[in-house]
Amino acid sequence: MSIASTNVVIPGLVPGTQPSASAGASGTMDPGHEARDDNAEGSARRSSLFAAHDLSIAFGGIKAVDGVTFDVKEGEIFAIVGPNGAGKSTIFNLISRIYEPTGGRLIFAGEDITRVPPHTIARRGIARTFQNIELFEHATVLDNLLIGRHCRARPNVLAELLFTPRVRREELRHREAVEEIIDFLDLANYRDQRISGLSYGVRKVVELARALCAEPKLLLLDEPASGLNTEETEEVAYWIEDIKNDLGVTVIMIEHDMSLVSAVCDRVLALNNGRTLALGSPQEVQSNPAVIEAYLGSDGE
Amino acid sequence: MGSSKVELVQLIVGGTAQGCVYGLIALGFVLIYKATEMVNFAQGDLMMLGAFVALTFIGTLGLNYWLGFLLAAVSMAVFGYLLDALVLRRIIGQPQFAIVILTISLGFLFRAAAGFIWGQETQSFETPFTNRIINAGGVILPLESISMIAGTILLAALLYLFFNFTKLGNAMQAASQNQLAAYYMGIPVKRINSLIWALSAAVATMAGVLLSPVSLVDPSIGFLGIKAFAAAVVGGFGSLLGTVLGGLIVGVSETLAGRYLPPGFKEIVAYLIMLAVLMVRPQGLFSTMQRKKV
Amino acid sequence: MRILFKTSYLDDIRLFRHGGTRFWYGVLIACLVAAPAALGEFYLGELAQIFILAVAGVGLMLLIGYTGLASLGHGAFMAIGAYTDTYLVTQGVPFPIAFIAAGIVAMAAGIAIALPANRMTGIYLAIATLAFSQIVEQVVVRWESVTRGFQGMPVPPPEILGHALSRPWEFYYLCLAILVLVVLGAINLTRSPTGRAMVAIRDSEISAQSLGVNLVRTKTIAFALSAGITGLAGALLGHKLKFISPDAFNIILSIQLLLMVVVGGLGSIHGAVYGAIFVGGLPQAIALMRDHLPGAIARTPGLEPGLFGLVMILIVLFEPLGIYGRWLKIKAYFEYFPLYRKATFKRQRSYLKTERVR
Repeated sequence: MSIASTNVVIPGLVPGTQPSASAGASGTMDPGHEARDDNAEGSARRSSLFAAHDLSIAFGGIKAVDGVTFDVKEGEIFAIVGPNGAGKSTIFNLISRIYEPTGGRLIFAGEDITRVPPHTIARRGIARTFQNIELFEHATVLDNLLIGRHCRARPNVLAELLFTPRVRREELRHREAVEEIIDFLDLANYRDQRISGLSYGVRKVVELARALCAEPKLLLLDEPASGLNTEETEEVAYWIEDIKNDLGVTVIMIEHDMSLVSAVCDRVLALNNGRTLALGSPQEVQSNPAVIEAYLGSDGE
Repeated sequence: MGSSKVELVQLIVGGTAQGCVYGLIALGFVLIYKATEMVNFAQGDLMMLGAFVALTFIGTLGLNYWLGFLLAAVSMAVFGYLLDALVLRRIIGQPQFAIVILTISLGFLFRAAAGFIWGQETQSFETPFTNRIINAGGVILPLESISMIAGTILLAALLYLFFNFTKLGNAMQAASQNQLAAYYMGIPVKRINSLIWALSAAVATMAGVLLSPVSLVDPSIGFLGIKAFAAAVVGGFGSLLGTVLGGLIVGVSETLAGRYLPPGFKEIVAYLIMLAVLMVRPQGLFSTMQRKKV
Repeated sequence: MRILFKTSYLDDIRLFRHGGTRFWYGVLIACLVAAPAALGEFYLGELAQIFILAVAGVGLMLLIGYTGLASLGHGAFMAIGAYTDTYLVTQGVPFPIAFIAAGIVAMAAGIAIALPANRMTGIYLAIATLAFSQIVEQVVVRWESVTRGFQGMPVPPPEILGHALSRPWEFYYLCLAILVLVVLGAINLTRSPTGRAMVAIRDSEISAQSLGVNLVRTKTIAFALSAGITGLAGALLGHKLKFISPDAFNIILSIQLLLMVVVGGLGSIHGAVYGAIFVGGLPQAIALMRDHLPGAIARTPGLEPGLFGLVMILIVLFEPLGIYGRWLKIKAYFEYFPLYRKATFKRQRSYLKTERVR
């Protein structure tokens, strides 16, 4: 690998810095910047927004993630699939810097973020939702969304205690931004309700909204459709499309629902036991024999 | 033995004895915590009540020491059971904070009640150990200290066997980690918790009775419970053995500090140890905390 | 039934919800300002005491109600504030400076304890604060060159610009002014990013962090502000008591502060004030009732804390939202009348889910 220092800013990941190991069936970057991916909509030049190189983490003796390498292009909707325990949420936790990797690197927008403090991730432009919904139970929807704006605020305790005009202006600005997200996701009815009184489906949307309030460039969705019925899942599909098209946000999602994945995703990474099984378009991955074996088991079992 | 060595041994024995009492009080904390995740800030005051009840049986009613001891432990066990069944059950599921407030307030109530029933003056009762000593090769050991140490060892052994080799012990673990699931498994969670409180109260009574020759009996002896916290913290609120060990560490350090360090250190050494453990290993020495899986 | 129509974002963040609220608060302020004309020295002193407790309550409430970080040792910050202020004043430092210094020194102590506290959670943090307060008490006792140990220190009346505020109504206004400032500051905090970050930490540290909240910085700020405010209250208390000694700031005080905040209603500034009214008024209520109680109970020295404990138990069991919560329910009854439903505030049955995994 020829990346010299950890904080060198590399505009897009230009040639010369590609992962040495093959990253699966297709999707490796090409000096011509042309996406070889058959399913990519339009073959517009896309630069890599995010890349994981040889990412690994071990808990005790167990390698939860073992040498995973992939990249996500700007404007793409990327899925990570795999059986339970494959390491998918662990990868998200590594990207959010909740965990420390034992090996490998993470590159985002050209910067190496492998060792940055966890609370700076949001400011850099990565936001996420959680598998088990980590909303602020006792606050209202509005309060939750306002906290989503935290990384776009510049908190200054002294000014806030005095509630200077600057603080007031900032406050109004944030509230306006939050209202736009509320409109975008149709949450107006729930604005002032406490989370503790909301249904599961609504909570998932609120978590999504909260992540969007952080104005991310990259959105990590951890099982956005889990626990939802068919209609709600369809809505989620529409939201994700809208997020990509209207807000220009790149999305990585962990998902079990393959129909949702096929419908919205451009490329898919399949994992098992912390290792890459396949990487490519949804169709390619779904028909990959190793993937089928991991999900369904082989005949000899 | 040289006289300073003798003194050292006597100090250590005294410290160990004191540490055993801390350990006993802390055992009560940890029992309740392991089962219900409640921290009982009134544990020291339970000890105080137990001592007073024993005082009534042995001192006022003139019963035999061992009989009075047993009766006191049993009465307090009943009291503990009722306390849980009538008061504490109602707040199961509420955040820890509510429980902290509740048990602190119970402590206030116990102190006031004790002052009302038995008065505020310091009292005492006859024990087989008061003011008796044994002479072990030139080292003078008060029998009271020996009784504290022996009693604690005995109890710790019994509890260890109970928790590790009985169905009830397992049931208690399950109930503490996920009550709803435990209910589904058919475990009578509420009754088990009340039994734990009963056990805890009895242990506290034992501590109070063993301590009474040294500290006498008055409504404020419950404040010892705060120092017993240090023992529980060292043990990480998880391990019975660790708790007793913690008590010993605190007790011995205190006694030695009183002798060798400037005045004022004796009072705070327990807290310094507590803070040190909390800073170096925040989850206690024998940790039962895990990172939440998100 | 009143329905609020909001027409601008300002409506969400302004101090008073609607004209009615503004009116009633106006009346309250007017009454408080006019009080010295109507009340005698004793009652002015009692009110001042309530104001002081309320300031301490707001300080503690900022920590517990907002960030969810428990403290069983806030009496220590009051002690630090009181002794700093008294020491400086007796050394000739003008009161306003000594007063501010008291807050700053207490704030520094808060930061000092925040550093290790950042790594502790829940019950361990509470116990650590307890240990801290005991240690501070010992330091106060032994550092005789500054604190005169058990002998205690007499406290002169506060002096502003050469004029001693030795009359009850002057001291009353001082306490009222400090209380108003502290309350305003706290309210401003709640409608700004840092205040929201503090609440976020209470409910879910992990997601707060993933949204950009710097956990260490926010917790430290919470501790610092809480300690500083409580320190100011301590300084005022010193001037009220006119004499301070280590016993005045013992663990009983810390626990009373804690219970006070809970009685009033955790998590709201109103709650801190109601709690202060309750705690401040309790001795008077007991004194009044003493004549009606059977002799034996009335004479028990431990009656006040015992009664306090009993009320607390009832509150936790039956009205965990405290006095403020009960007031909200009463208000809701009238606001929704005749559509109020008893089940509006019904609590869900809840089961213990282990807090050992955070």
